[in-house]
Amino acid sequence: MKNEFDRRAFMRISAMSIGAGALLQFSPLAGTARANAMARLFHKQNGEGPGAFSIVQLSDTHVGFQGPPDPLGTKAFERAVDVINGLDPQPDLILFTGDLTHDSEDPAEHAKRFKTFRSISERLRVKKRMHVPGEHDAALDGGVLFRENFGETHYSFDHRGAHFVALDNVSMGKPIVGDEQIAWLKKDLARFPKTAPIVVFTHRPLFDLKPEWEWFTSDGDAVMNVLAPYDNVTVLYGHIHRENHHTAGHAQHHAARSLIFAFPDPSTAEKKPLPFNPQQPFKNLGIRTVSGNTAARPFVAGIDDVEISIRELSGTEGIQQMLKQGESL
Amino acid sequence: MKRTLVVFALIVVFIVVAQLGTAQEPAPRVVEISAKRFEFNPKQITLKRGERVTIRLISTDRAHGLLVKPLGLDLDADEGKPSEKTITPDTAGTFPAICDHYCGSGHGNMKMTITVE
Repeated sequence: MKNEFDRRAFMRISAMSIGAGALLQFSPLAGTARANAMARLFHKQNGEGPGAFSIVQLSDTHVGFQGPPDPLGTKAFERAVDVINGLDPQPDLILFTGDLTHDSEDPAEHAKRFKTFRSISERLRVKKRMHVPGEHDAALDGGVLFRENFGETHYSFDHRGAHFVALDNVSMGKPIVGDEQIAWLKKDLARFPKTAPIVVFTHRPLFDLKPEWEWFTSDGDAVMNVLAPYDNVTVLYGHIHRENHHTAGHAQHHAARSLIFAFPDPSTAEKKPLPFNPQQPFKNLGIRTVSGNTAARPFVAGIDDVEISIRELSGTEGIQQMLKQGESL
Repeated sequence: MKRTLVVFALIVVFIVVAQLGTAQEPAPRVVEISAKRFEFNPKQITLKRGERVTIRLISTDRAHGLLVKPLGLDLDADEGKPSEKTITPDTAGTFPAICDHYCGSGHGNMKMTITVE
């Protein structure tokens, strides 16, 4: 499928390399009549019918984190903002999937970190930005600071013919969504046909990726049971600081890279951050683009995970990054 | 009247038998695990396969969790509010245990090991 992004321009402006990309296909919408009915439903509900969309997902910026393994603080986040601002056309929505800030025992210091996060994210030209909290944002104060800055920790909205659901699986301290939110989700989804494209964005994985590394949500199964009747479900999440793709039933789960440091592959024995590489300071860090057209038959979403680099490395290092793994100049 | 007496007698017999049964079962061994930011104490415990054991989690500062999915353990304790669960492990192995109640920046390092042999 054709991405809405001009990928060559994307790379040209930023000396970025495509890390690992995955083209993912949702189940086709069944029949023109049903598709038209869905278009009418979305139009009636929010005045916006299905159409082309391009989204960027950013995750785990950890503003306020200092020290090893990443000595650069907010530099990768700031670079990502510059890169996104250089996109033409601009994406129409930015999703932040938690751990926007790194927590502090001092609430005033944590509030300052939220302020810094906002000062950087507000440089984005894209004005439609949605957030969910990570445990570092909301687990110590139950989400008070997050709400002061961004409003509720769970909510939903429609965008270009897809229904987006923000789920909070951190602010109760434990990795849970909770019965109340699950009941809300059930009610929220009830008005949509089973073929409606649904995008859930949250912080922690909603399946047991690696519980002993805390890569799970205790009641993730209950959440996925509510989503199970729907044909087109995409879950975008962060938390694990690395790219990961998983399919279960009709749902596809995609973890995005972080913008602070990376964790190793879950098949490794120890959960130890990958070491900082001064030659490639943003290695394994990056952003995700999601693009597609909800009016297309079949509905297809292109997902690209993109590793960022810095302009100063756009010479040999930049080229090296753009080569496929195992290739050399 | 006669029927009432029979029912009453059966209830009494049931209670006595139930109490005898309970009394004959030995009390489970209790293993206490203390939690504070960001460590468990002890960091390793050993259980016997097939042995009933009560795991008691005690927190000395704030809310902590103890999660070991394969053993069915998911405890939460706060300062002054311990929690416990009695289990009978049936599989030998070494199981990592984590605190799953976020307790601060060192939370990710708060872990211990439970060995079943």
